[in-house]
Amino acid sequence: MIINHPLLGPRDAQEFVYLGDARLIERPDGLAEGAAQALHDHVFLRDNPAGEHRELWFHEQGDRSWLVVTRNTLTHEITRVELARDVARAKGRSK
Amino acid sequence: MTQPNRIPGGLIDRAQTFSFTFDGKPYRGHPGDTLASALLANGVRLMGRSFKYHRPRGPISAGSDEPNALVELRTGARQEPNTRATVVELFDGLSAQSQNRWPSLAFDALAINDRLSPFFAAGFYYKTFMWPAAFWEKIYEPIIRRAAGLGSLSRLPDPDIYDKGFLHCDVLIIGAGPAGLAAALTAGRSGARVILADEDFRMGGRLNAETHGVGGMAGADWAAQAVAELAGMPNVRVMARTTILGAFDHGIYGAVERVSDHLPVPAAGQPRQILWRIYARRAILAAGATERMIAFEDNDRPGIMLASAVRAYANRWGATAGRRVAVFTNNDDGLRTAEDLRASGVEIAAIIDSRKGEEVVGSRGRLGLRSVTVRGGSGKTRTVECEALAVSGGWNPNLHLTSHHRGRPVWDDTIAAFIPGPGGPGGLVAAGAAAGQLSTHAALRSGAAAAAAALADLGQTAAAFDLPEAEDAPVSITPKWHVAGKGRAWVDPQNDVTVKDVKLAHQEGFRSVEHLKRYTTLGMATDQGKAGNLLGLAVMAEMTGQTIAQTGTTIYRPPYTPVAMGALAGRSREKDFKPTRLTPSHKWAAEQGAEFVEVGMWLRAQWFPKPGETHWRQSVEREVLATRASVGICDVTTLGKIDIQGKDAGAFLDRVYANTFSTLPVGKVRYGLMLREDGMVMDDGTTARLAEDEWVMTTTTANAVPVFRHLEFCRQCLWPDMDVQMISTTEAWAQFSVAGPNARRLLEKVVDQDISDATFPYMACANITVCGGLRARLFRISFSGELAYEIAVPTRYGDAMICELMKAGEEFGAVPYGTESLGVMRVEKGHVAGNELNGQSTALNMGLGKMVSKKKDAIGMVLSQREGMVAEGGLRLVGVRPVDPAQPLTAGSHFIATGKPAVSAHDDGWLTSVVYSPHLGHSIALGYLKNGSARVGERMRAVNLLKKTDVEIEIVSPHFFDPEGERLRA
Repeated sequence: MIINHPLLGPRDAQEFVYLGDARLIERPDGLAEGAAQALHDHVFLRDNPAGEHRELWFHEQGDRSWLVVTRNTLTHEITRVELARDVARAKGRSK
Repeated sequence: MTQPNRIPGGLIDRAQTFSFTFDGKPYRGHPGDTLASALLANGVRLMGRSFKYHRPRGPISAGSDEPNALVELRTGARQEPNTRATVVELFDGLSAQSQNRWPSLAFDALAINDRLSPFFAAGFYYKTFMWPAAFWEKIYEPIIRRAAGLGSLSRLPDPDIYDKGFLHCDVLIIGAGPAGLAAALTAGRSGARVILADEDFRMGGRLNAETHGVGGMAGADWAAQAVAELAGMPNVRVMARTTILGAFDHGIYGAVERVSDHLPVPAAGQPRQILWRIYARRAILAAGATERMIAFEDNDRPGIMLASAVRAYANRWGATAGRRVAVFTNNDDGLRTAEDLRASGVEIAAIIDSRKGEEVVGSRGRLGLRSVTVRGGSGKTRTVECEALAVSGGWNPNLHLTSHHRGRPVWDDTIAAFIPGPGGPGGLVAAGAAAGQLSTHAALRSGAAAAAAALADLGQTAAAFDLPEAEDAPVSITPKWHVAGKGRAWVDPQNDVTVKDVKLAHQEGFRSVEHLKRYTTLGMATDQGKAGNLLGLAVMAEMTGQTIAQTGTTIYRPPYTPVAMGALAGRSREKDFKPTRLTPSHKWAAEQGAEFVEVGMWLRAQWFPKPGETHWRQSVEREVLATRASVGICDVTTLGKIDIQGKDAGAFLDRVYANTFSTLPVGKVRYGLMLREDGMVMDDGTTARLAEDEWVMTTTTANAVPVFRHLEFCRQCLWPDMDVQMISTTEAWAQFSVAGPNARRLLEKVVDQDISDATFPYMACANITVCGGLRARLFRISFSGELAYEIAVPTRYGDAMICELMKAGEEFGAVPYGTESLGVMRVEKGHVAGNELNGQSTALNMGLGKMVSKKKDAIGMVLSQREGMVAEGGLRLVGVRPVDPAQPLTAGSHFIATGKPAVSAHDDGWLTSVVYSPHLGHSIALGYLKNGSARVGERMRAVNLLKKTDVEIEIVSPHFFDPEGERLRA
């Protein structure tokens, strides 16, 4: 596969390490009410879609960017690649 | 040694003669021959035995679709099984052997299987060898494997080199027949970057095998001219002997180039094969088509071949399978074989055209065809004497690559074959015969058009391509799949699948194409069904009363043809399987005679034997005792090092470590425990605060990379606005542990600053200089339990530093120590390491539960407190000693209560790490024991059923050595 890195252009997937569902970005607050259940769901419950999937890839043999790659799990077509940091900020994550 | 079946003509170089052997017997051939063409020219039709019934077999094809003529090539370490004689390029001195036969090809003892065929029908293995189940692995399977074998391996290391390479192009053209050449000329003349690949050693495809001309010249000449023009274009790479084995994601194609297979031995410095990864913006599949058989009784005898192959042997190789040949066809194309053979002086015994109501109903000739039985329209049969039968059942487009991305072929009635359907790899289009365009004219036209379309897609303008004049005969076929009869008629010769087997599958309910395939093994041989798949499907369609279109087809996956393991491995074998990382003191350690051990990719000194030491434990005990008595030095560079800086670095560490770091004063080090989000321990190590905003984290050797990845995830994905920067510096610093009561006195000789206990106490750290100005880092930390330091210098000074430290240590009798002594001392001290940090253990398991701060939201804190994980009575880290000090302990032993049987119901945990403690004079161990912290003093057993040991033990504190930590604070 080829991942079109937003900063570096098209790169072979061999340069990357795969993590999984991009929802891992949405880590619940561990000190909030109901944190145990929220973190349990966050860690253990995942969708396994046959189709479009937003997932985290790490450019380990490259610039060390974490990326959110939107990939069709049936065709491997990649329709979008974003810096995970931008996605995290868009979701309101900061410090 | 004449070549009785050599006929005039062909593209072989008769001026030169090659000698070769088959099963030890010498033969002659010419450059341009394949092994199969040369054997046929020499009058040899029998080349192999079938997989299951050991039926005598000869080639049916002249290409990579060959199911029968599988042979072993060469001898010794270069022996290669299962090569297809039809694509093996002849060279002088080639030695080939038949396979799957004993004692000889002409007399094969296992041909008894053929007589027993009623017992060997489809599903036979599943039905017969079910009972008793225990016999399968040890008795049935080995016997079956030996009997139903392919070739054998040399069992010697492959002496040749295999390489990997990367190529990029605008248009990849797969196949160099008329369609591929027209596409390549169109794209090449337009200036596009083109790769033209063909599996054959001579490009041109069927143009080399047919007599009809192109553009007023012989087809082969036109092809040679086109190839020469393309080879002269700087933007075109022409790759013969190169098979495109699969279409992968996003325009990536795999290819195997057989660089040296046609030579006795690769030229100096040349690889045997190269596995290419080709990045193509567009690809054109011009892989041609494969002719198919018609199934009739005993249609597998040597001499019964595809009509196109018989024609190719005559036209390209000047060889014939016999002097008297009959033709059996259901279409016009088969008639060409009769014409061409006749022109070459071969006698045509009969033309049996099923469209005229005639059919072949049987054959005779045990080791080679002698005659066929023909049934006419009236039902009367006659015998036709012949040495070969050319069969044409129609052509199947070679659409394999179009189905590599789940593209489903669709049925085309006009040519009675599947053609590429919608879907399939993006950017790939089929042209020519692969797309069902079976005439030469149509192939040229569709190849040129496909190239023009690909270029337009890429925004480039295609140069005009003047179509040369070529034959454009329409396809005239009336499908005939099999001839009714009582005997066995083969649909898939390689796996010995007959019409009867397909009928049996139908009868037993295995009717879908996928079930049919798996029940009968139809299409599962090394030819992946190129020879017989469609015949089997057609028979099933007939049984179920459906059309073939309704029945559908199984689809193909990579590789298109078998690929040698060597090509897939490339250079990644033996010591080059993975990179080797050497520590900065490696050269020095090797000079000291150190024994090395692989730790991940690293090579670390394991121990340093002295003259006279005959057992590794002597060296290790000496190193440990000398370190504890005076001072020892160990290279600890392999531990991961991460520099972390920024205003928020302290707060960041609080979130990634279970314990608190932000409160750590500058100039201090703290032990940290890192959890995964699920609450298990991920890693441990020390982190030092060298300045207000400057931290140095260490990780275990194994987790250096994963921890860094995890920290980047936290920094970029969880807290993107924290002011934290980091870089891995594992390779940047050479780091040595200096441990023992004399460690300070030794270091005082090399460190430029005051490091007395008052100014540099336990857990201190600082940027310092050594040897009069070299920048260095010093940490007063201890893994061994001794007064100990870790000193780091820039990597390039590592070798000088170890020499300097050893020199400074001479007066104290300093010893270098390796990973074994490191392990002994950490177990004596009760420190956890890899065996305890096994990914399934919590801080509580390790006796470090109190380190997990609940006041802050660190990764893993919440889930580490789940009910089951903090329950009373869970596994806890304990120490173990044998009651009888003379008894050794075994790692992996299980804790079993005294008097209880050693079964899982009484399993109370296990011994994780075992060493012999020279300090205590007996074996000691760490282990995870249920409710362990409450069981100190208890006597039980350590049982290892694999090693057959059962030792009485006492549970003790895991801190065997200096439990109060007085030594490390000294």
